[in-house]
Amino acid sequence: MQWLPYVVAYAGIAVFLIAVIARFFMWARMPIHVRWELYPVAHDAKRARYGGSYFEESKWWTKPREVSLLGELKVMVPEILFLVALKEHNPKLWIRSLPFHFGLYLVVACTVLMLGTGVLGALSTSLLEGGFGTLLRGLIVATGAAGMCLAILGALGLLQRRLTEPGMSTFASGADLFNLVFFVVAFGVALVNFLLFDRDFSQTTSFTAGLVTGDFAAFSGAGGEAFLAVLTVVLLSVLVAYIPLTHMSHFVGKYFAYHAIRWNDKPLLRGDKGEAEVNKMLGQKVSWSAPHIKGEGKKTWVDVATEEFKKK
Amino acid sequence: MKQPKNVKDISQGDGPLSAVEIHDQIPLPPPFDKLEDEPAIRPLTQDARDKFVVVDDTIAVGIPKPKTKEEEEKLVNGFLDGLRKCFSVADNWTFLQPLMMSMEHCAKCQTCNEACHIYEESGHNELYRPTFRSEIVRRIYHKYIKKHSTWVHGDIDLNWKTVARLIELAYRCNLCRRCAQTCPIGVDNALLAREIRKVASQEMGIVPREIHDDGSVLQLKVGSSTGMNDIVVKDNVEFIDEDTAERTGIPIKTPWDVEGADILLLHNAGEIMAWPENPGAFATLFQAAGLSWTLSSDFAAYDGINYGVWYDDVQFARVAIKHAQAAARLGVKRIVLGECGHAHKALTVIADKVLTGGLKIPVESAFTVLHEIVKSGKVKFDKSRNDFPVTLHDPCNVVRLMGIVTPQREVIKAVVPEHRFREMAPHGCENYCCGGGSGFAIMSGRNFSDWRHHLTGRRKFRQILEAFQGEEMDKEHPKYVCAPCSNCKGQIRDIIKYYDAWEKAGISYGGLVELMVNAMVDAKPGFIDWEWH
Ligand code: SF4
Ligand code: SF4
Repeated sequence: MQWLPYVVAYAGIAVFLIAVIARFFMWARMPIHVRWELYPVAHDAKRARYGGSYFEESKWWTKPREVSLLGELKVMVPEILFLVALKEHNPKLWIRSLPFHFGLYLVVACTVLMLGTGVLGALSTSLLEGGFGTLLRGLIVATGAAGMCLAILGALGLLQRRLTEPGMSTFASGADLFNLVFFVVAFGVALVNFLLFDRDFSQTTSFTAGLVTGDFAAFSGAGGEAFLAVLTVVLLSVLVAYIPLTHMSHFVGKYFAYHAIRWNDKPLLRGDKGEAEVNKMLGQKVSWSAPHIKGEGKKTWVDVATEEFKKK
Repeated sequence: MKQPKNVKDISQGDGPLSAVEIHDQIPLPPPFDKLEDEPAIRPLTQDARDKFVVVDDTIAVGIPKPKTKEEEEKLVNGFLDGLRKCFSVADNWTFLQPLMMSMEHCAKCQTCNEACHIYEESGHNELYRPTFRSEIVRRIYHKYIKKHSTWVHGDIDLNWKTVARLIELAYRCNLCRRCAQTCPIGVDNALLAREIRKVASQEMGIVPREIHDDGSVLQLKVGSSTGMNDIVVKDNVEFIDEDTAERTGIPIKTPWDVEGADILLLHNAGEIMAWPENPGAFATLFQAAGLSWTLSSDFAAYDGINYGVWYDDVQFARVAIKHAQAAARLGVKRIVLGECGHAHKALTVIADKVLTGGLKIPVESAFTVLHEIVKSGKVKFDKSRNDFPVTLHDPCNVVRLMGIVTPQREVIKAVVPEHRFREMAPHGCENYCCGGGSGFAIMSGRNFSDWRHHLTGRRKFRQILEAFQGEEMDKEHPKYVCAPCSNCKGQIRDIIKYYDAWEKAGISYGGLVELMVNAMVDAKPGFIDWEWH
């Protein structure tokens, strides 16, 4: 049965990856839609600073549109790392949400470091000796422990806010509360495991490394210790699988919310490839039933949009 | 304050779920800082309450209470059918991705709430949270269409009251998207309000009369929501030319239907009827700058409005096509939009992915053309003629939703002494809606105008008063609110009248071109008529 935690971990990771990739493709493959941007648009090289656009130039369609990736990064990186929009508009929630999100980032960093350790160790154990190995192990402990603590603190803070802030408590569903409790429990168990039995993360590192190398070693230690280690793996694996199946998958959606909608200011000029896509959509049949449309699934968008009202 | 406790209240009880009274509101700046001196919000009549579905103490749509079980079911089933269609590519490709994004990812963090002027000015009434209607429509979708667990998405009862009140509630939002700007995830409550309006209109045929029957339908039947046909509009513009020439001393002749002109100018026809000095000023400036331009008397092309942007994609497309067809027939090089915010967004941004091929005529804002006129030096301005305090309203459609921020400010810089101009706080992309957005400026039935002045227009009025603090607040010291959008201008006119702000504080309003002509060296001084409202 020593392979059981490995199977659970693989399953958790597989569900996560499949769900994230499926979500990504769902958003990426959605049909063209009308423009619905919101300024400032971060990639406008000259005008993002104050929220301006290329529409500020006369005969804008004759001028080159300067798109700055750097401009986007200047907004995206602080937003992802420090949640600046929340800081600006909802500081009370931000002081709870930032540790939560930052804690998760640190846990992810810790996992990557443990995987890296596993790969390096599999190549040659000598790679993990000396100062580099010590640094790596130190970083794993630091990111892991800090990550868990911050995520738990943040989740508790968010839970408190969701239960007590009038606007949030009346809107909260069972799942909204459960999600936060789940984070607290999963990371709480992992933290206890760390504090009691795995202070140097060696058990967790060798388990994570086993996921890469296929060396499915059993958790060492007496019954209680092994049980806690397995429980940690199971809870975290289920959590990993659960996240992308909920609205917490907003980390995928947010990319499209910005790039496909809020910042999508790309004009469709005459002769552009996108015209064919629009024409395809205009050829779709509408079934809206109101008296001024009566599509009935028979008329296309072109039909309903060019009907003559004048003579009626 | 009467307010709902929970979104579930939408399906319960019979009367209004909320009522805002003056003492719930924050006092305005001086000289309007005494709540007790403010006009009271007239309550809805009992007769209206008996006949129509109410969600608060006013009515925008006017949905008659169903009299039979069948009528009740028709409301519920119609709404569900429409909502289903919103998620079909064929029926709603126009907004499918933005809609799904806003349905899937709200964290219910309520960060967006304080960005909303309506919620703020209501004294934080639950009903007006930007998220209130969004949460209801999400719960209906998940429970009744997707059959998802209510434990995950929250519970709601769906009955005719839920549907009818939700549709009314969709008309308690200006669609200004200020809330969307603050959402850390990219959720857009305005879009959801518009989708509810869309279901009501495109599926159920339920729309406020002012924007549908008397708005887009009239435009598509006679050519303009003002009721003007091509003959009447030409007559009116001829009169405007004469009147403007008399006021400026510069003879003008508005060109009509000039084939191959550089510019087809699209005015909101409301300007021709209500603010003739605006088209007159445009003609004076364009002529003085030697531009090649024309108006079109083609069907619907002398009225740039497109109310479909507020509620109906089909009506939107119909009008946008009419505008483009007129431009294509004349063979103009570009369409220039006059001072009308929603017309800007309609034809420049939204129609961008609706019109193709021969209908794809380049479109630009009048603000950039006016800025070019200033830069060209062809028209000379004397700033000292505008020696009075001026503040600038940023129409949401042009600024937050199109990113046109500086050209209008550059124009003001050229025609108003620097020390006389004061920005509102906040301004630019973070501006507040005038309160007339999404059709409200033309909606005044029953006591809706009272509700509008106290809830939607109050923040703008507050901003205007704040901008002019430190000035002498009387009629002898006129102050100018530059509102370069026909709908915003209508709303600002109404609120000035409601508070008697000209008589009491010397606050008046007008467009951008009026300020320009008022400063034109070649024109007789005094183009702005302060006493006329
Ligand atoms: S719309 Fe955005 S800001 Fe508002 S509650 Fe939802 S996630 Fe939060
Ligand atoms: S769009 Fe504007 S009016 Fe509507 S909820 Fe958002 S902030 Fe309020």
